[in-house]
Amino acid sequence: MILDERFWPDAVWKGRWSLPRYRNGALWIAGIALGAAALGAAVGEVGRFGSPAQHWIVRHCVAYGGLLGLAPGLTTSAGDLLWILVKTGLVITVVSASPVFLVWWERKISAHMQSRFGPMVCGGFHGWLQCVADGVKLLLKENITPDAADPWTHRLAPAVAVVPALLAFAPVSFGRELSAADLDVGTLYVFALAGVSVLGLMMAGWGSGNKYSLLGGLRSTAQMVSYELPRSFSVVPVLMFAGTLDLTGIVEAQADWWTLPLTGIAFLPRWFVFYPVVGQLAFAIFLIASVAETNRVPFDLPEAESELVSGFHTEYSGIKFSLFFMAEYAYVLLASCLAAAFFLGGGGAPLPWLTFLPSWWWFLAKVLVMVFLFMWFRWTFPRLRVDRLMDLNWKFLLPWCFANIAFAGLALMF
Amino acid sequence: MPELLASPPLPSDRMFINLGPQHPSTHGVLRVGLTVEGEFIVKAEPDVGYLHRGIEKLCESRTYPQCVVLADRLDYVSAMTNELPFCLAAETLLGVEAPERAQDLRVIVCELNRIASHLLFFGTYGIDLGAFTPFLHAFREREMVLDLFEALCGGRLTYNYIRIGGVMKDLPEGWGDLCRRFLTHLGERLPEYDELLSFNPIFLDRTREVGLLDRRAAVSWGMTGPNLRASGVDYDLRKAAPYCGYGKVAFDTAVGKRGSCWDRYYCRVREMAQSARIVEQALGGLAAGPVMAKVPKVLKPPPGEAYAHVEASRGELGVYMVSDGGASPARVHVRAPSFLNLQVLGELLVGARIADVVAILGSVDIVLGECDR
Repeated sequence: MILDERFWPDAVWKGRWSLPRYRNGALWIAGIALGAAALGAAVGEVGRFGSPAQHWIVRHCVAYGGLLGLAPGLTTSAGDLLWILVKTGLVITVVSASPVFLVWWERKISAHMQSRFGPMVCGGFHGWLQCVADGVKLLLKENITPDAADPWTHRLAPAVAVVPALLAFAPVSFGRELSAADLDVGTLYVFALAGVSVLGLMMAGWGSGNKYSLLGGLRSTAQMVSYELPRSFSVVPVLMFAGTLDLTGIVEAQADWWTLPLTGIAFLPRWFVFYPVVGQLAFAIFLIASVAETNRVPFDLPEAESELVSGFHTEYSGIKFSLFFMAEYAYVLLASCLAAAFFLGGGGAPLPWLTFLPSWWWFLAKVLVMVFLFMWFRWTFPRLRVDRLMDLNWKFLLPWCFANIAFAGLALMF
Repeated sequence: MPELLASPPLPSDRMFINLGPQHPSTHGVLRVGLTVEGEFIVKAEPDVGYLHRGIEKLCESRTYPQCVVLADRLDYVSAMTNELPFCLAAETLLGVEAPERAQDLRVIVCELNRIASHLLFFGTYGIDLGAFTPFLHAFREREMVLDLFEALCGGRLTYNYIRIGGVMKDLPEGWGDLCRRFLTHLGERLPEYDELLSFNPIFLDRTREVGLLDRRAAVSWGMTGPNLRASGVDYDLRKAAPYCGYGKVAFDTAVGKRGSCWDRYYCRVREMAQSARIVEQALGGLAAGPVMAKVPKVLKPPPGEAYAHVEASRGELGVYMVSDGGASPARVHVRAPSFLNLQVLGELLVGARIADVVAILGSVDIVLGECDR
């Protein structure tokens, strides 16, 4: 017989769930976790390098400026500016490079959820270079502007979509003393900028000169503008508890533990997600609204592939398409960062004895968990219908947001 | 003055949208001309014929066995059930009957093919509604059916296994056990499918109240198969007019209540379990004997006409064949269930949202190869 029944799923699974396979998998996971922990502990807090680095730059600026006969006041400002550029460059690099990793991760996760392997060849180890190769392919592809398109709107749209996504990372604190800009109104700033991207999607839908794109653009406008509300309001209880809009301040407000009575042993961090009822409700609403904001399944209506043929980015190719792609992943990352900062204690360790790991390590771990959650949603759920989407927002999420704010007020009073 | 209280309808432009022929959710090359007002459909005109290959005409210049090869190309997702009515019609013209073992084998392969076809529907319907994972789960199982067919006749998509007067050859050794292994595996996976898709709240929300088609409309549009049964009409040719070995097996027909998209979907999911039951029984009660009747080398049926119909995966598939005494049929006509089921779209789509178009279109489960012929 031609058939090779050894590869039938029942036969394959019989092998997979055997003890040796289990043990090997557990060992791998433990090994990776230990290695990452060792690396984290060895590196320590990265934030401690910030201040010396700034001083080093400023000192050298002043010194070299002095050689040129420039006043120290001027060169100090120049040094500060240079330091800001360095920080900005770092954040932009990390954020723009993250899709490469996230896409690979998404591919592997989705593959394993669907009894596949995903990329396995490119780069040797589990296809880790696949996304780099794809990135190169996207860069080299022809950049098409359709005849029917409004050329300037079409050309500008990806930039308008991606720039706010990058800017929004400025006040995010990636760990102790690890934020590009310490803004007093960080929360406000992030939400304000995240709302600008919708303009890019609408421009893309409008400027493409394609009916499907237009529908996608309009859908995205309605959806993102609507979901801005529950997303922002769900954070209000957090702001009330923390008493600040500063993202670093919010993280600091969670840097403590609840202790068992009498013994004084810490058992639960004071993260906002663990605040009874109010915290969980706020977190759930924030999560749902964030998925909707990032246009991902089950809220991927603007680009609904099977209905609108990818919606607003139907007519995009090459680098312009990849910019939209980057914006989506940047927003996933941003939403994960915000969820970690608002609800999961930012860079705080879950238990006191775990503080030997630096804050950036914990922050990264939490962000990756959140990103995994996003991917899990995407590969499990079907897509909502557009009117149901609005119902969910206006008739369910938003009223509960207001109720939650009232709960938080009551909790603060007593 | 109620006419003053009612606000006038908002003025809006109607937009014409071409859904297809190149669109990810038209399941082939169907074009639906949609006139929309915002997100709502005002008018829908299905336009078929993009996959027309003239199979019926081609049959007139082919010998009878060659026609069976063409039949594979009609509904390429369930080719076995397409071969069957061609062979049955030709056998009626010739006045031969396939031996009992061949009849049983036909039941087995047709039901396996129905499972494969419904698995494809299950997967693509998930994709239509934005869930990608069920597709690959379904294809994992479909692959096993294709493996079984490959072991049986060498083909994975077009089989040419059912022949005029019987079947191509007997089961290879150990095939029955492999088939049972597949059935066990499928039985374990079906509850998983329900968990993943059938009873997912979002999925229910998308399909339960959408595309309602009552019994009367379903009958008057000439719908057959799962689409008809989903509307509450218990009509299945396998029970109404048993052919081949279907008289010997016990099974239930899956009947829906309201004819919604979800009913159409779930009828198919339940049919998979029933098909598995049929295969199990047919394998157990497989008659001994030859698999091919004595038929002449060159088939020249006496002048006359014959109509044979079977319950294919998508409904009643009929073949009308006229012989003038020559080596090829004088006329062949195929009553394709997809073509007739498709006609209902013009009614079902009006008033629906654009998002519902793919839900409705997908739930009718058409194959354009069969529709356009």
